[in-house]
Amino acid sequence: MIIDGRLKAVLRVLTGVVLLVVYVPLALVVINSFNVDRTFTWPPSGLTFHWWNVAAHSSGARKALLVSIEVGLLATAIALVLGTMAALALRRTRFFGRNVVSLLIILPIALPGIVTGIALNNAFRTMLGVQLGFLTIVIAHATFCIVTVFNNVQARIQRLGPSLEQASADLGAGPFTTFRLVTFPMLRSALLAGALLAFGLSFDEIVVTTFTAGPQEQTLPIWIFQNLFRPNQAPVVNVVAAVLVLLSAIPIYLAQRLSGDVTSGAAGAH
Amino acid sequence: MVESPATAPAPASAPGRGSLLGRSGGLRTGLLLLPPMLWLGVAYLAALAALFVTSLWSQNDFTGDIERVWSFDNYRQLWDIPVYRTIALRTIGIAALVTVIDAVLAFPIALYMAKVASPGMRRLLVIAVLMPLWASYLVKAYAWRGMFSEGGLIDWLGKPFGIHSPGYGLAATTITLAYLWLPYMILPIYAGLERVPDSLFEASGDLGAGSWTTIRRVVLPMAFPAVVAGSIFTFSLSLGDYIAVTIVGGAGQLIGTVVYANVGSANNLPFAAAFATVPVLVMLVYLAAVRRTGALESL
Repeated sequence: MIIDGRLKAVLRVLTGVVLLVVYVPLALVVINSFNVDRTFTWPPSGLTFHWWNVAAHSSGARKALLVSIEVGLLATAIALVLGTMAALALRRTRFFGRNVVSLLIILPIALPGIVTGIALNNAFRTMLGVQLGFLTIVIAHATFCIVTVFNNVQARIQRLGPSLEQASADLGAGPFTTFRLVTFPMLRSALLAGALLAFGLSFDEIVVTTFTAGPQEQTLPIWIFQNLFRPNQAPVVNVVAAVLVLLSAIPIYLAQRLSGDVTSGAAGAH
Repeated sequence: MVESPATAPAPASAPGRGSLLGRSGGLRTGLLLLPPMLWLGVAYLAALAALFVTSLWSQNDFTGDIERVWSFDNYRQLWDIPVYRTIALRTIGIAALVTVIDAVLAFPIALYMAKVASPGMRRLLVIAVLMPLWASYLVKAYAWRGMFSEGGLIDWLGKPFGIHSPGYGLAATTITLAYLWLPYMILPIYAGLERVPDSLFEASGDLGAGSWTTIRRVVLPMAFPAVVAGSIFTFSLSLGDYIAVTIVGGAGQLIGTVVYANVGSANNLPFAAAFATVPVLVMLVYLAAVRRTGALESL
């Protein structure tokens, strides 16, 4: 017995209470999506499926969801390529700029979101004279998504070591053949985990997005944020929010299938 | 963030091929690094530099155009106008408070996960902590708008005890931010505590320390770097937030809301740029301060 019984009981109760506080607001969101009223008054006077029906026909929400998915996929694809390249470049080499490179990759999420957001906004608008729109969102998202892929791939490379690739090279395979037949299969689940985190990060992001999205393009979080304070849209927002809460089980399920890779990387996501 | 020491298998250990491998290896490293560094250099570093440059320009109040005249006026305004100083200090204070709340809440649950729970329970708890991370950040802030609303769940639960919801304001903002960033504190502490060998608990017990003493004198000091690592997230994320304060903060102003207003409706990008350097400076000072704890290596 390394921790005595009384302390264990205290820890158990505290853990339970904290988890309860974590899940009550989420449950509230789901329940509220069935609320007959348009207010948050508790308890609800009645439950209905009406708003779910209304939400299903909300073209604004559907369009925003599509934009979010497109942005997420594109940003993830860019982050996969760039993050993997950076991680591969940094293995086995101990050159002077190594820490600088790591820092540069982490910086876009280590600095507060408004800083990244306003820096990109200013660069696009004031410096380059570019109209904000779909492409500027993708560029912004890819920038802060690189780190998730980089972290996962780098951790995997460090764990596996260089011997398999050296063996491949000794057997006469060129760098591309080795990458295709040895390195890539070894990295596959790390890449998937990194991609999952990158997509999740992009799909959820709002702070940087508000600064880099034009008036035309709305991602789902932006759509929610803009409709949040409109009383007659509140029930639809409630339904969309409930859907997002319920959907969060999917990445968790996928992450479990990928066995723990995402657990370590999640601390690096924001 | 994993930053392990580079495993350096010396190419020289393969005599005859060493120099060749070394050279082509260097070339390959360079070619691999070029695209990501180009992207981050152009899309990010240049943007940060441009932000700083813009903060030294000014806005023509009449036309709304940015005038490329160099001055420190924006920074002087930040310093001289008391309301901005108050807002900056208030933001830092709230970020610090959020960090402390999260550390206090996260420690017991992380300790329970790492050292008390059975392996199956541990797996379940990790999922339970991770899952809210995947639920939309915006939705979670919105959930608290419901909790704090008049006649909402907190009012209803508190009624028998005479407790009222604090309503939308800075207290609500602090609670919401602490809620949002709690997993970022739990996970590093959990990872840190898991690395503490059980034998240390036993040694402490054998030397006559009770559980509480062991926690205070053995576990807490060992978990400290992990707490600091978590605090980097909670602190930085709170400093830059403007969504939560907009949703549950009522009329409360933080750095983020001022910056946002100046980019949008007030349309004074140079001033917004100057104010946005405040959280960057605070974070740099904070990172420099925690560097010595070794927390950066455990990120």
